[in-house]
Amino acid sequence: MIEPRLKIATCSLAGCFGCHMSLLDLDERLFDLAERVELDRSPLTDIKELGECDVGLVEGGVCNAENVHTLIEFRARCKILVAIGACALNGGVPAMRNQYDLKECLEESYVRGMGLVNAQIPSDPEIPLLLNKVHPIHEVVKIDYSLPGCPPSADTIWTFINELLSGQAIALSYRQIHYD
Amino acid sequence: MSGEPSFTLDGQQIPFQEGQTVMQAALEAGVYIPHLCFNPEFTPHGSCRVCLVKVNNRMQAACTTPAAGGQTVQSETEELREIRRGILQMLFVEGNHVCPACEKSGACQLQAVAYYVGMLAPHFKHFYPRRPVDASHPDAVIDFNRCIMCELCVRASRDVDGKNIFAVEGRGIQAHLVVNTPSGQLGATGFSLHDKAAQVCPTGSILTKHRGYDIPIGQRLYDRKPINVVGDVAQLPDSQGGRRHD
Ligand code: SF4
Ligand code: SF4
Ligand code: FES
Repeated sequence: MIEPRLKIATCSLAGCFGCHMSLLDLDERLFDLAERVELDRSPLTDIKELGECDVGLVEGGVCNAENVHTLIEFRARCKILVAIGACALNGGVPAMRNQYDLKECLEESYVRGMGLVNAQIPSDPEIPLLLNKVHPIHEVVKIDYSLPGCPPSADTIWTFINELLSGQAIALSYRQIHYD
Repeated sequence: MSGEPSFTLDGQQIPFQEGQTVMQAALEAGVYIPHLCFNPEFTPHGSCRVCLVKVNNRMQAACTTPAAGGQTVQSETEELREIRRGILQMLFVEGNHVCPACEKSGACQLQAVAYYVGMLAPHFKHFYPRRPVDASHPDAVIDFNRCIMCELCVRASRDVDGKNIFAVEGRGIQAHLVVNTPSGQLGATGFSLHDKAAQVCPTGSILTKHRGYDIPIGQRLYDRKPINVVGDVAQLPDSQGGRRHD
């Protein structure tokens, strides 16, 4: 009998897609992975609706209303939720705006920015509303595993996924853990 | 056995001389106990609590506890590692530590100790305090976002350089590092890169200008080997990627 493949979903919230690039850096190991898992909603598929999943990998912190919505949905549908990368863990570079008021930040780029014509702060209803602060995802939902790095290397991700899929305790080597 | 007094640290006999602390004796015997505000060249400060050990079953800071014959000291236990992780996590969320954007990343003692105790995530709610960056000095920058208040720069400037450039102002959660001039600017002081105070910061708070990325990320002090093997950044010379002047 063929074992049902585990379902994995991924998303990028307030991140730069660097962690997803690192996932793609698995290179030929992706073939191995594809035999064992099935990708659900992810920037790498075109699935719009998140299904019931075994593992959710979340890149990026939470900076706007849409991020909150996506994250809560991931928590509800994924048995195991994994925070991947500096931004998901501590807000990372996007959270450097937290020292300032949102208004100060918006004015800095959209009102006082260089070379602007008809300078104004964007307010199209299509654009998700920004939160006052950028939050690491553990401040919004419960997280089961954290993988630091900006981004975590493909090796780190590989070790992690392998050990998780085989039900082992996760043991990363010294060089697989870094915050930069 | 000779008359030399000793205690046990995780089961290993550690000899010591009268007047030494548990930390000093361990260091001399080549056994690492994690620490941040302790630097063997300075009077112990006992403030960061990262060096917490159990001495005869009581929690004590190894850097301020005098060694005594027959003591049983525990350091590498899961209980202590967990407490140390918690302390590290608090140090991280109290400031603004964006390691990917920090020049000191890879050669930072705070980061290295966090790796050593197995800190994967900050766990607590971040404070995101608003703190300044002072680039007024021609040769050095001080980024208060990364200061952990170990007061090593305060001690070095006062006790070794005789300049008294740094001080701590405020109490409790309000306590913060300041530069001792009316303007509060480093550029208005007699601070020099030759000062001991320029060589002791365990974090990326006090930085030398113009050489931030001389050593690329990936080839830095703690990129390949852990701090218990490599040693403290402040104790290693420039030529080995440390802070101490050759
Ligand atoms: S001082 Fe150390 S811990 Fe803080 S941001 Fe820089 S590298 Fe990271
Ligand atoms: S600037 Fe560096 S040496 Fe001075 S108190 Fe802060 S962390 Fe310690
Ligand atoms: S190293 Fe002992 S309290 Fe800081």
